[in-house]
Amino acid sequence: MIKMDLLKKTVKVVISIFVLIGIWELVVLTGRYEQSLLPSPAGVLTGMAELIKDGALLTHFKVSLVRFLIGYLAAVITGITLGLMLGWNKSVWSFIDPVVQVLRPVSPIAWFPFIVLWFGIGDAPAVVTIFIAGFYPILLSTVSGVGNVDTVYLKVADNFGIRQPQLLFKIILPAAFPLIANSLHIALGSAWVFLVAGEMVGAQSGLGFMIIDARNSLRSDLVLAGIIFIGISGLLLDRLIKILESGIKRQWGVSIEVRN
Amino acid sequence: MYISIKEASREYYLEGKGRITALEKVNLEVGKGEFICLLGPSGCGKSTLLNLIAGFDKPTTGFIKIDGEIVTKPSENRITIFQNYGLLPWRTVLRNVELGLESKKISVKERRRVAEEYIELVGLSAYKNHFPTQLSGGMQQRVALARALAVEPEILLMDEPLGALDAMTRMSMQDEIERLWQENKKTIIFVTHDIEEAVFLADRIVIMTSSPGKVKSVIKVPFARKRNRTGADFLKIRDRVFAEFELKASDEIEYYL
Ligand SMILES: Nc1ncnc2c1ncn2[C@@H]1O[C@H](COP(=O)(O)OP(=O)(O)O)[C@@H](O)[C@H]1O
Ligand SMILES: [Mg+2]
Repeated sequence: MIKMDLLKKTVKVVISIFVLIGIWELVVLTGRYEQSLLPSPAGVLTGMAELIKDGALLTHFKVSLVRFLIGYLAAVITGITLGLMLGWNKSVWSFIDPVVQVLRPVSPIAWFPFIVLWFGIGDAPAVVTIFIAGFYPILLSTVSGVGNVDTVYLKVADNFGIRQPQLLFKIILPAAFPLIANSLHIALGSAWVFLVAGEMVGAQSGLGFMIIDARNSLRSDLVLAGIIFIGISGLLLDRLIKILESGIKRQWGVSIEVRN
Repeated sequence: MYISIKEASREYYLEGKGRITALEKVNLEVGKGEFICLLGPSGCGKSTLLNLIAGFDKPTTGFIKIDGEIVTKPSENRITIFQNYGLLPWRTVLRNVELGLESKKISVKERRRVAEEYIELVGLSAYKNHFPTQLSGGMQQRVALARALAVEPEILLMDEPLGALDAMTRMSMQDEIERLWQENKKTIIFVTHDIEEAVFLADRIVIMTSSPGKVKSVIKVPFARKRNRTGADFLKIRDRVFAEFELKASDEIEYYL
């Protein structure tokens, strides 16, 4: 049964990719656009091969991944820690909440002028951008997860003499975990989106820089090749955290639906 | 008396509504080892009273003493069992039962042994590594019972513990609770709105009425156990309890006439 589903799904994916490439090729052939305006599928494919062969892709990807991990993990650690403290301390949170509500809708890109001024160029702007993108969803979900812990769990803990800090690790964190895990997932997606933006301003390496670099040398085939790589690696990261998430949830006995 | 409730009231202040008397001047004495049922319609303050005895909440006026000491906070000596079981879904049956033992100064091995002993007592040894969501409602409530008994409290407070179960499971759980009570010599205060359940289980039934919530009367159930649910004595007490509630209705009619 599962094998059949997998087969069907693979067939669908393959078909949709081929249809997309077919339409694309058709537009290129009928439109006779300038190659630098709309590169052909074949051109992009050779561009991708070129990037893989000369090692540029791997080098840039590794740099991006390291920046991503640093920014994302910093967001996870500070978001969860602050979230646990503020979620438990409702009176403090009521002062901080308005500030967060104002800052949250601001795109990390809007901070670029300050980021460059404060952090210079190099790795820092990209890392800070990723941090900002990931931090708010994690903070807010943790706060609401802690605030919404079923009062019955707290009564049970109280009854059995479980006090802080045990209360945090035995009751609050696991009870808030589903919400927190969900936010880690969402934050991962938006952080990856802003990684590229961050690398377009101050960096001399990374996938974002690779695209800017290709544009500067008028190689739109390489630009598109870079875009495709970013999409694929983002998808793989997403799948990876999904597997991690369901692994932990299974261990904690929280049943989850498995979707797509 | 072991548990002594004196003029205990609990008022809530609600914005817009003002003062609500959830519980008005309750007086009740409970002896050690007694099985008491608090019986009454929803909203008559049963949970409020149980929470006061548990120490989750404090009376606005009056006091509650247990073994001579005024109740001010929860204690491991009186464990509450909730209608929705209160099991931690991220822990297995075994780890749930271990929860209460974790704040005691005993070795990990001893803790496991005690937990397994109480899981055995409620007949769930085969399920000790299951998660709560994998068990039926009746089995989950047995786990909650095992978890409560494992810390060896003297008092069990149960807030409609069987309210979410179907009629058949309910009856077998009533048998189970009676058995555990007789074997373990606990003092039990058991909240229910099911008249037959109260007659089957209680030494004394505390009849409560609402608006404001208060104790109307206390009825003794003087029969030996295990009680026959269809026996003449059983039905006679049941009818008396029915009458208690109907009496209240006719009081009101008189009042409005
Ligand atoms: N936290 C609360 N705030 C305000 N009113 C409450 C609160 N808890 C209970 N009450 C009120 O007290 C009354 C008794 O409630 P409760 O003890 O839960 O009744 P029961 O358990 O018998 O159904 C109800 O009218 C209820 O609305
Ligand atoms: Mg209630």
